[in-house]
Amino acid sequence: MLTKRLLLNDRGGAIVLALIALMLVVVPILNLAVPASSPLHLSTFTVTLLGKFLCYALLALSVDLIWGYCGILSLGQGAFFSLGGYAMGMYLMRQIGARGQYGNPELPDFMVFLNWEHLPWYWHGFDSFGFAMLMVVLTPGLLAFVFGWLAFRSRVTGVYFSIITQALTYALMLAFFRNEMGFGGNNGLTDFKDIVGFPIAADATRIALFLSSGIALLLAYLACRYIVTSRFGRIVISIRDAESRTRFCGYKVESYKLWIFVFSSVLAGIAGALYVPQVGIINPGEFSPLNSIELVVWVATGGRGTLYGAIVGAFTVNYGKTLFTSYSPETWLFALGALFVVVTLVLPKGLVGLLGRSKKSESAHEPLESPAEEKVEATAHTVLAEEK
Amino acid sequence: MNILAHAKQALPVKDPDFSNELSGFGKDVDNFGAPLDTSKRNILYVEGITVSFDGFRALNNLNLYIEEGELRCIIGPNGAGKTTMMDVITGKTKPDEGSVYFGRQINLLELSEHQIARGGIGRKFQKPTIFEALTVYENLELATASNKAVWWTLTKALTGEQKFRIDDVLVQIGLKELRYKNAGSLSHGQKQWLEIGMLLMQSPRVLLVDEPVAGMTGEETEKTAELLLSLAGKHSVIVVEHDMKFVRSIARKVTVLHQGSVLTEGTMDQVQNDPKVIEVYLGE
Repeated sequence: MLTKRLLLNDRGGAIVLALIALMLVVVPILNLAVPASSPLHLSTFTVTLLGKFLCYALLALSVDLIWGYCGILSLGQGAFFSLGGYAMGMYLMRQIGARGQYGNPELPDFMVFLNWEHLPWYWHGFDSFGFAMLMVVLTPGLLAFVFGWLAFRSRVTGVYFSIITQALTYALMLAFFRNEMGFGGNNGLTDFKDIVGFPIAADATRIALFLSSGIALLLAYLACRYIVTSRFGRIVISIRDAESRTRFCGYKVESYKLWIFVFSSVLAGIAGALYVPQVGIINPGEFSPLNSIELVVWVATGGRGTLYGAIVGAFTVNYGKTLFTSYSPETWLFALGALFVVVTLVLPKGLVGLLGRSKKSESAHEPLESPAEEKVEATAHTVLAEEK
Repeated sequence: MNILAHAKQALPVKDPDFSNELSGFGKDVDNFGAPLDTSKRNILYVEGITVSFDGFRALNNLNLYIEEGELRCIIGPNGAGKTTMMDVITGKTKPDEGSVYFGRQINLLELSEHQIARGGIGRKFQKPTIFEALTVYENLELATASNKAVWWTLTKALTGEQKFRIDDVLVQIGLKELRYKNAGSLSHGQKQWLEIGMLLMQSPRVLLVDEPVAGMTGEETEKTAELLLSLAGKHSVIVVEHDMKFVRSIARKVTVLHQGSVLTEGTMDQVQNDPKVIEVYLGE
């Protein structure tokens, strides 16, 4: 029943999930089991690259959930991603211990450099992996909760909401650039050594991180499917299409928007936490407003309001970016801009819109309560029984 | 039947705003926490309402009483304040002066839109505002009177009883065969009926219907008149309409609004022969 609801009615999604699952099996084999001399061998660099893409896909998924289904265009999703990343980064910094340049067992290098005597209070607890993981979820979630509560209660919608989310991520970027904040300022957090006791640069660790990212993406996808196929999901679609009407149906629109916004920010935070150990650094540049805009382009390219479109978009655009930036870095931004224009003009439904959506619109609108599933006592309601 | 009557827990609804249900997980207040007192026959008391927009008085000391189960038509020239009156009753606009009571005890001015909607006052807008991306069935499902808290809608499906109710309403509004059709592909008249059906799903005590037959074909108009007449008695129905022929076909009591207040009230014949009405409205 649940499988049917989550997957069978969602052909595109099932295909994308199957491809990701396949990737999760094949990539570790090609990297670890195939000897480096073989042409089939996949370098650790590629594994890390794919792991990064998986994190991006998770981030894009979080954007599609609120933008595609609830119509909330957040241009600050990168902020939640970065906060999750910083929480993970702080844990990784604590794992360095006395192995830093200055060999101080108590303080991270950048604090020694700034002549700090003590660990700031908000760094306490990050020695523990469990606590850090809690913060990965709580920090973005809490920020989204407070920010969303204020914004949605004041009925800030549409482009105004987009603008203040840009301001949010920009403000955070400026704050994190400051050394006094205690997050490494300009340089951010880097030079990581271990994660839960395993050397971070080892092939096996890389594979483990890659697998974790993939599994997180699969689980997040199923969670999002569960949300959009529930009654909650239909209400959220109604809010997207006619907010005021939904309110007159008796729904407290603000609460719905707030909870889906918080959930999406938590997903973004998790994506950030998985991203940081793979790239080995987190700095305030991740908060850059441009990043948040770029990831909206991924979703638009893939096709919004489908969930799997976001994954497709994140992979295609980032693969394109990797190609472009290695062959002719100057042209990448032009290509990105052109892509956005082309998608907006020619492919309003994105890439997945191309793949013959022959059936009716797939975005979670198929009737779930088909008569065949209802257990009708055919008494006064023979009408229903006739229909079967 | 009466969702207000079985109010077990007398939760005082003090906070019409947000913090009340912040958790999103709690039991949602889907009624006003007190039984509806209609012992004086009236269900809606609108008294001395004044609304000004930048100095323009859209409503000027408006008084209106609606009886339980009655079908009331409200007419009036453009700018008479018909839509503003509906806005006030449904909580969209807060008046500068006056009071609006639902029954004798529930002060609607203290409540927010969604609380009023849940409590039993449904509104049909002029333009059909259904959810075009959803099917007919899903539109009704959305409008079902049920727990509308976030957690509930995420985890619980509708009960069998609620599904039966949807089927009943589908029959009532004549869209049973189109239940799995996308609402966006319905004809104009069908959309209007669907919207009335969505109001019915909330088992409202009062239905506010704004220009239901605008843009309808003759046949559709007739069907709409039948539908509205069948609803009176079970619900109090307030219809705002321009189409005089239609009003004549359904009206028992007509209220004429003019410049934000009530000009006169009576049967259609009384109203049409009233010299004041002829002057401001029919005589034009």
